[in-house]
Amino acid sequence: MNLRLILKLAAIAGVMTAISLWVGQLAYTWMPVPASEEALLVDHLFSFLTTLGTFIFLGVAGTLLYSVLFQRAAKYDEGDGPPIEGNLTLEIVWTAIPLVLVIWIAGYSYRIYDEMNILGPMEHMHGGAAIAAPLTLAQATDAPEAPEAPEIIEVHARQWVWEFYYPVANVTSTELHLPNHRRAKLTLTSEDVLHGFFVPAFRVKQDVIPGRSIDFEFTPIREGTYRLRDSQYSGTYFAAMQANVVVESPDDYQQWLTDVAALSPQPGLNPSYDEYQVKVENRDNRPGWKTVEPAPYPLVNYSGAPVLPER
Amino acid sequence: MTEISLEALSPKREQPVPGEPENWRRFFSFSTDHKVIGIQYIVVAFVFFLIGGFLAMIIRGELITPEADLVDRTVYNALFTMHGTIMLFMWTFPVLNGLANYLVPLQIGARDMAFPRLNAVAFWMVPVFGVILMASFLVPGGPSQSGWWAYPPVSLQNPTGNLINGQFLWILAVALSGISSIMGAVNIVTTIIRMRAPGMTFFKMPVFCWAVMAAQTIQLFGLPALTAGAVMLLFDLSVGTSFFDPATGGDPVLYQHFFWFYSHPAVYVIILPVFGVFSELFPVYARKPLFGYKFVAVSSFVITGLSAIVWVHHMFASGTPGWMRMLFMASTMLISVPTGVKIFAWVATIWGGKIKLSTPMLFALGGLVNFLFAGITGIMLAAVPFDIHVNNTYFVVGHFHYVIYGAAVMGIYAAIYHWFPKMTGRMYYEGLGKLHFVLTFVGVNLNFLPMHPAGLMGMPRRVASYDPEFAYWNVLASLGGFLLGVSTLPFLLNMISSWILGEKAPANPWRAIGLEWLVSSPPPHENFAVIPTVVSEPYGYGKNEPLIASQMASTELTSELS
Repeated sequence: MNLRLILKLAAIAGVMTAISLWVGQLAYTWMPVPASEEALLVDHLFSFLTTLGTFIFLGVAGTLLYSVLFQRAAKYDEGDGPPIEGNLTLEIVWTAIPLVLVIWIAGYSYRIYDEMNILGPMEHMHGGAAIAAPLTLAQATDAPEAPEAPEIIEVHARQWVWEFYYPVANVTSTELHLPNHRRAKLTLTSEDVLHGFFVPAFRVKQDVIPGRSIDFEFTPIREGTYRLRDSQYSGTYFAAMQANVVVESPDDYQQWLTDVAALSPQPGLNPSYDEYQVKVENRDNRPGWKTVEPAPYPLVNYSGAPVLPER
Repeated sequence: MTEISLEALSPKREQPVPGEPENWRRFFSFSTDHKVIGIQYIVVAFVFFLIGGFLAMIIRGELITPEADLVDRTVYNALFTMHGTIMLFMWTFPVLNGLANYLVPLQIGARDMAFPRLNAVAFWMVPVFGVILMASFLVPGGPSQSGWWAYPPVSLQNPTGNLINGQFLWILAVALSGISSIMGAVNIVTTIIRMRAPGMTFFKMPVFCWAVMAAQTIQLFGLPALTAGAVMLLFDLSVGTSFFDPATGGDPVLYQHFFWFYSHPAVYVIILPVFGVFSELFPVYARKPLFGYKFVAVSSFVITGLSAIVWVHHMFASGTPGWMRMLFMASTMLISVPTGVKIFAWVATIWGGKIKLSTPMLFALGGLVNFLFAGITGIMLAAVPFDIHVNNTYFVVGHFHYVIYGAAVMGIYAAIYHWFPKMTGRMYYEGLGKLHFVLTFVGVNLNFLPMHPAGLMGMPRRVASYDPEFAYWNVLASLGGFLLGVSTLPFLLNMISSWILGEKAPANPWRAIGLEWLVSSPPPHENFAVIPTVVSEPYGYGKNEPLIASQMASTELTSELS
């Protein structure tokens, strides 16, 4: 009897494990196609968390469902269940298991964060003593060819338009161009309120804080066009504050920089200002309240195309 | 001790309103009866729940298409700001205060709260700041449009230039709400510590009281931080100080610390009493004692302690250095340990019981499953690298709506159904209750589950328009939102018609164990003619033991006879 029970539980655990692993694999498809090294790491972590989470959910919800289906009181049964008040061993076990689990999850997340090394605020101010310093060194020595020092791109946020400045080529743009397989190094600044730099395909995000300049890094690994979105609520036209990010081969990137450097400044893309004009001229016939005025069109060498990336 | 203070108080007490407890006019008076105040809280809060829900349905109407085409963007921003503010400060906190007000004195064997007049003042502030908040729709420039976090500098931008603007009224209302909540917390904590019936040691006290005490302790240490932050924000906005405005040398990230130091623990203020409700209901409807009563009781205070050291997880993508991200990731994950203890204890309570799926049990079970899901996504959110991706996306919106609506509101519904006969002296209609449950459970999952994939794909929260790639999930969510709107109709119909026409309720319709079930339904003005002496732990289902001393004789007699 006892052996049969153990076998039964083992079979259930086996089925649950199989389902959990399957859902964990599915989890890779729930996010945009990964387009940066960081995205690969985050996706592994999410798949792992989903696997574990599915197992726990099935275990607990399954037990509840079994009780609800098969342990109902008969219609006129006014009696009580067995007066079991607890079981110290069981209670200690189910305190200890989550403790071990979260230490495991936290350790794994720490390692992933270390590997990502996306910088972010203040590590710069602490003399560059990033948590991940040893790993970065290891990666640097492992690299077969030392890549040329990447250019720093300045990202300026204002209500409600993104503007990118390439200091070496002296190019400004309202579309962010990045060379593939090169570490992208950005400096994030805001002229007015909080904004958030968020490219879902790269799985990276950083609030942009007025009065501070924040270093931010990641490595694109897939050519294509992606969306940059403002992720920290910034006022009236917050949702319209998006821009395209173009990842291209280093040669194409260099070519682009050279080409657009020759272009004379022109008004860049600024959907929020376009929309504001409609409102000011009252062409939308919708009542609204007074808003902070959007910044005017920035003058840039390159504006980019106002089209959504293909999916 | 307890009795002495009560005796000293009673001569000064107001006389009961004539005809109590049948006289309905007392609900519109400055009553000091904790039962009246409890119901006043619940009813007023529910009115605001309907208002907040109406705003949510306009939001879902806007989001059913990718373009910002239903309302102006300023209106949309005001709607989600007011939706969040109303749902938290006008619905969740007041309704839970109402439940605590009604139940705590009855469950610990007291005749009223420790400070009845303070109690009434704390309640009557709710409609006052509710009106202030709603009045902001009428000022030039409209209500606050900076989200319920009111992060500066956006919250300090004042396009109309008026001194009395929506943001000003918002801060005023939130500060008053904080003061009212502090009054309530002082009262409830004092009541539980000082006014328990003789024999009711802490480890003979129902878990609901444990959970409420743990939750109100959070209010006591957390609210001062929020109130301080709100006052500084008010000064920045109105008199031009520069605590948080970077243009004049302030630090906007400092505000985020003030805000989240309270507002993260605030979700435990919400969820802990709901855990208390679960712990009360599962034993009744599974006919078994609460499994591991002491573990469940103490784990609430472990959560209280941990809740004070996790707030930075809301700021992982903000101006937060790496070491702080790692530290708060670890502390946040630890919360799952005491929470896990509770979940496993409830499952073990239900396991092997004699389950009766009446409306309160259905809501409690549904709430538990939703909470389980929310807890799992919560652990995911604690993992910094993953949070960096989904922070400020719809994944987070989905997660906390599973907590707040899926678990807390469903737990509140469970509590209202369970104690409805006690509060009103009438039975509710079981069929309408079950219909309400089905609509709510389906609505919650249809509304909030699709938010997770939308967030994973990268849809930021608080957007009035979005790229067409997110349209599919938003249509589903909007349909779920409208279903949730519909779900309140059978509830309202049930509550109103049952209160007027329902079958008279006996003192203990659920055969539940607890002091509140020993008095008539509704209880008399001073609850207990004789303060009972408690002799055993709560939840003695299946043990056939007396709960209070005066039952001992009769129980012994029955056991001798049988």
